[in-house]
Amino acid sequence: MAEIAAAVPGTGHPLPPPHERRRNWVPYALLLPGLLWLFVFFVVPMITLGSQSLQEGDVDNGYTFTGNVSIYGQALDAYWPQLIRSVGYAGTATVLTLLLGYPLAYFIASRQGRWKYILLVLVIAPFFTSFLIRTLAWQTILADKYPVAGFARWSHFTDFLQFVGLTNNESLLSSKFAVICGLTYNFLPFMVLPLYSSLDRVDGRLLEAARDLYATPFETFRRITWPLSLPGVVAGTLLTFIPAAGDYINSRLLGNTQTVMIGQVIDAQFLRVLNYPLAAALSFVLLVLILGLVTAYVRRAGTEELV
Amino acid sequence: MSWIRRHLLAFVAMAVLAILLVPNVVVALFSFNKPNGRYNYEWIRPSADAWLNPCGTPGICDALGLSLRIGITASVVATVLGTMIAFALGRHRFRGRAATNMLIFMPMATPEVVMGSSLLTLFIAMGIPSGAVTILIAHIMFCLSFVVVAVKARVSSLDPRLEEAAADLGAGPVATFLRVTLPLVAPGIAAGALLAFSLSFDDYIITNFNASPNSVTFPMYVWGAAQRGTPVQINVIGTIMFVLSVGIVLTAQFVSGRRAKAA
Repeated sequence: MAEIAAAVPGTGHPLPPPHERRRNWVPYALLLPGLLWLFVFFVVPMITLGSQSLQEGDVDNGYTFTGNVSIYGQALDAYWPQLIRSVGYAGTATVLTLLLGYPLAYFIASRQGRWKYILLVLVIAPFFTSFLIRTLAWQTILADKYPVAGFARWSHFTDFLQFVGLTNNESLLSSKFAVICGLTYNFLPFMVLPLYSSLDRVDGRLLEAARDLYATPFETFRRITWPLSLPGVVAGTLLTFIPAAGDYINSRLLGNTQTVMIGQVIDAQFLRVLNYPLAAALSFVLLVLILGLVTAYVRRAGTEELV
Repeated sequence: MSWIRRHLLAFVAMAVLAILLVPNVVVALFSFNKPNGRYNYEWIRPSADAWLNPCGTPGICDALGLSLRIGITASVVATVLGTMIAFALGRHRFRGRAATNMLIFMPMATPEVVMGSSLLTLFIAMGIPSGAVTILIAHIMFCLSFVVVAVKARVSSLDPRLEEAAADLGAGPVATFLRVTLPLVAPGIAAGALLAFSLSFDDYIITNFNASPNSVTFPMYVWGAAQRGTPVQINVIGTIMFVLSVGIVLTAQFVSGRRAKAA
């Protein structure tokens, strides 16, 4: 797990020289309240979540711990399509944010002074306005009677989407396409910002040197820019994929009954069906699945390449 | 060739930026709409009614007020706790650093739905009723890590010679901290606090697991409205938030830019 922490900027860096080595209690005093908070309200809940999944009973009569592991089998059996779908949508959205975010991050990093700052503000601005309201706005943007859907029909893009199975009919809304659009849009800033901070640190002299040595622009990108931006790519994909896989706001607001993601199931099982053991088991499965995928990805992305 | 390439990049970048901003434009545009029914998705006719009466829909401003109170409290507490952790990590060598980094990182690597539901199981197990307090506890928890990362970046890049110089000039540890260290780290703390506030103010998923019918935050109000029919006032508040935040961020840069020039 430590390698994941090392892959995220700012979590694993060399230590500056210690100034206060003599007063050894100081760091612990500084850490205590915050870490206690995280322990009680993050670590302990994970344990109660695991415990809840192995209890039997109901809301009215209370629960007793029975260690009934078969609930995991039931949960996977009933909801594996939603689980796979969540990973698929999140993965697709992550690839799309990378494809869309890279040119924008590269462009911002190549600007100077005031322009760079204004562009960054425009990327961050959506963070400060309600994302639910903006996601609802996509219902208007993709609506049948407005230009986007009109253009998609005129250019036969909707036919293409129907052909590849991303929509069921002539409209863009209430489809896989709309959900993936929403996810891509919502998490785009989470991709652009780490990419930008990596690309901004690339030494321009390296690019000049590559040009002097007759590297083509593509070769310069492949051999210099891309490797140097890898830490940003890894951080950006993690910051996009993890929350996207657990998200269900986009699938709820922009999708249909065939686009239900796992978060939606967990929400419903916890808050409406009140089947706590099943909901807790699903939540735990999602956590383990994501941690597994993330660990495999970070291993594969290669920490040695990232340094 | 290089000319085309440069402009192709600019074109693509602007197109992506447009994707990011189009929803904000649509929200602003439809804040001047006068819908026929409950749903504000179709343009009917222009009207400034909602702007003249932003609290005109029952519950909307109560929800806004609750979100503001929770957002401010959560960001203050998370900023204080997070800044302390950031200083410990950035300035001190101690046993358990790696474990601490891991614990800070974990909430950022956990999907919100897992954090929200696990907290719900804790509150159920402890018999704590959901409400504004449980929302606040959850928000402080998930904002903490982001504050630590934002502040630590600043603490780590601090030049230790500046503090040594202060000490050489006779400043005590307290004076050095207050007059040298803190002002230098302040932009990181401000960024962390702002991030914490916006994360808290905007959170729906975790909040939904830890709220009660008596503690409806603004995102929860919007969610509920999305099922029943969205009042135009939601667009008005969304537009105000956008204009206000962009204004604040640009003004902050303008002020600090002038200060940097004056120095």
